[in-house]
Amino acid sequence: MRFYEYEAREIVRRAGIPVTEFGFATTPDEARAAAERIEGPTVIKSQVLSGGRMKAGGVQFADTPQEAAAHTVDVLKIEIGGQMPRGVLVDPKADVEQEYYAGVVWDGTAKQPVIIFSPIGGIDIEQVAADQPDKVGRRHISNLLPLTGFEAKEVIASTGVSGSELNKLTPIVTRLAQLFIDNDMTLAEINPIGRLRDGSFVALDAHMEMENEARGRHKKLLADLGVGEEETREAREPTPFELAGEAVDAEDHRGVAGNVTEFDGNLGLVIGAGGGSLTLFDAVRAHGGKPANYCEIGGNPSVSKTCGLAKLVLQKPGVDKIAVMMSIVSNTRVDIVARGVIKACLELDMDPAEKIAIFRIPGAWEEQGFKILDAYGVEYADRSVSMHEAAKRAVDKIGSGG
Amino acid sequence: MSILVNAQTTFIVQGITGREAVNLTRECLDYGAGAKIVGGVTPGRAGREVHGVPVFDTVAQAVAHHGGPIDGSVVTVPPAFTKDAVFEAIVNGIKLIVIVTERIPRRDVAQMVELANMHDARIIGPNCLGIIVPDVIKMGGIGGPAKDAAKAYSPGSIGVISRSGGMTTEMSSTLTAAGIGQSTAVSIGGDAIIGSSYAELMPLFEADQQTEGIVIYSEPGGRMEAQLAEWVAENNSRLPIVAFMAGRFMDEMPGMSFGHAGTIVEGKEDTATEKIARLAEAGITVAEEISEIPALIQAKIDERTA
Repeated sequence: MRFYEYEAREIVRRAGIPVTEFGFATTPDEARAAAERIEGPTVIKSQVLSGGRMKAGGVQFADTPQEAAAHTVDVLKIEIGGQMPRGVLVDPKADVEQEYYAGVVWDGTAKQPVIIFSPIGGIDIEQVAADQPDKVGRRHISNLLPLTGFEAKEVIASTGVSGSELNKLTPIVTRLAQLFIDNDMTLAEINPIGRLRDGSFVALDAHMEMENEARGRHKKLLADLGVGEEETREAREPTPFELAGEAVDAEDHRGVAGNVTEFDGNLGLVIGAGGGSLTLFDAVRAHGGKPANYCEIGGNPSVSKTCGLAKLVLQKPGVDKIAVMMSIVSNTRVDIVARGVIKACLELDMDPAEKIAIFRIPGAWEEQGFKILDAYGVEYADRSVSMHEAAKRAVDKIGSGG
Repeated sequence: MSILVNAQTTFIVQGITGREAVNLTRECLDYGAGAKIVGGVTPGRAGREVHGVPVFDTVAQAVAHHGGPIDGSVVTVPPAFTKDAVFEAIVNGIKLIVIVTERIPRRDVAQMVELANMHDARIIGPNCLGIIVPDVIKMGGIGGPAKDAAKAYSPGSIGVISRSGGMTTEMSSTLTAAGIGQSTAVSIGGDAIIGSSYAELMPLFEADQQTEGIVIYSEPGGRMEAQLAEWVAENNSRLPIVAFMAGRFMDEMPGMSFGHAGTIVEGKEDTATEKIARLAEAGITVAEEISEIPALIQAKIDERTA
């Protein structure tokens, strides 16, 4: 889950890292008030969960509070990366002598966090790494030993930074690494850290992402920041269809019948499990099919949950037929899924034989499942029909108009 | 032979009294020669039995009751308690830990892995179904009930490594239908950080004389496939590899996660397209469909033995 910059800066401030006296505003009046409080030139920055703000015109400079308010009017109108801004950050224009980069990310191969530092900040760190690799320091940190400070010192010193710069940056980078650990972040980045004319250091921008699985451990922080539990902060906001899918899945705690993502095709998919769904979605597209949705069934969901998911997909505008397909199941029962999808058709006054293009779920309780499908004339396949072949049959049926 | 486990392997089930764990215990006891499950652990439930397996409050009690070191543990406790359970297993001398639990924050996983490394222990998972040696032993829910597992898996020469539990069985079943058996199949888990990656299991397969080829199931997200490609290039492996890459559609949807927690595409390097290119560069054949895998791996084995 990604934080807005104004939230990320607050997290940085709470970690004991110096930040500017920034303000967050959702209206021009609030922006003017923030600029008056700052008493000097300001930077107005669009608050979106996306990069490329400068290029899109989402960052403006103001000399007076009136100008700050006027820029806010403009910035709030600009869509960036498909998102309208949530507000603007009003930042004092800092008198910066040098900009540095500091970040902490997971290294999935080493299975440890890695601290990254560069004395060249304010630009994309990948670019610096490509152009001047000796100016980028990296160091893994232990998951078990407490951070004591030498780790950050080593990273910073490895880039040639010494003197009072080194001694002032070390606690900042150590605190950044500590906040990464304490808050279950997957990314914690300050870019840039600015060295001001008076020799002090201050965080001028921040990018933080928290692991979704760990949100439950940070309820207080999220509440303090006003992040609602319903905010997924995915790359795009969930559609009503996707929210309906979540509601189906939340109906009871048995198994999964959800993770719905909307697409605009005509073939509804009731598919599973994790890897099976990825494989089947690709397979449908490889045969020229147009999926109406992505979803996942797994962990042996109840008949009613499966039925709810199938109904949702069957009722989606533009859906001609559904394909019910999974990789071989060992936990989820074939007969329960069969019952669920047939019940969905019947409750919607649809003919299962006509609406279900194919049912390909081999595995646990398949004999019982196939018996039910036989009774309703639904075409089904066992493991002798590959996942790709099943997807092809479904696509062919849609193509020929059933 | 096999990797990781064999007919003599002893293990416990932590969280054994949970609904899924009770089923898993039954399945493992029934499969092959019957797994040597020497105990179960659920705090506060000491003195009970699950399908004849004695339940203890602590791992230490299970080890004492067994009268010697226990090889492995299957951990099926809720996410908030998994780290504690795994630490307990490691500190009590268990060397192979299969973590079934899903949705564990990666910091917890990384801590478990680091402690395991300090104790020469190995973690498989989390978010995995475990390990199976066809007709011999299964450790975890892999393949499901014994009769279902027997239908999908058959003994033979192919090592299977998969980021998806269900697809481990689908691919193995496809091999079995084509008359090609498996030496050991490992469901390694679908999370961003896991105990054992492809490259970390390759040396074990490399050393296993029964194994003549490797089949992997991979997904977008992470560097695990790049790491495998590097391992193959650096180690002049004797084992031909065929890979299947699912989730190709995700390349068009950066920042979204599908299927497993570890699938999110965060950069250029972790897209399906990029991974396919890297695997191919290392001489790993990437199958377009699961059904092509048996012929592809057989051809590669024949090529090497010719």
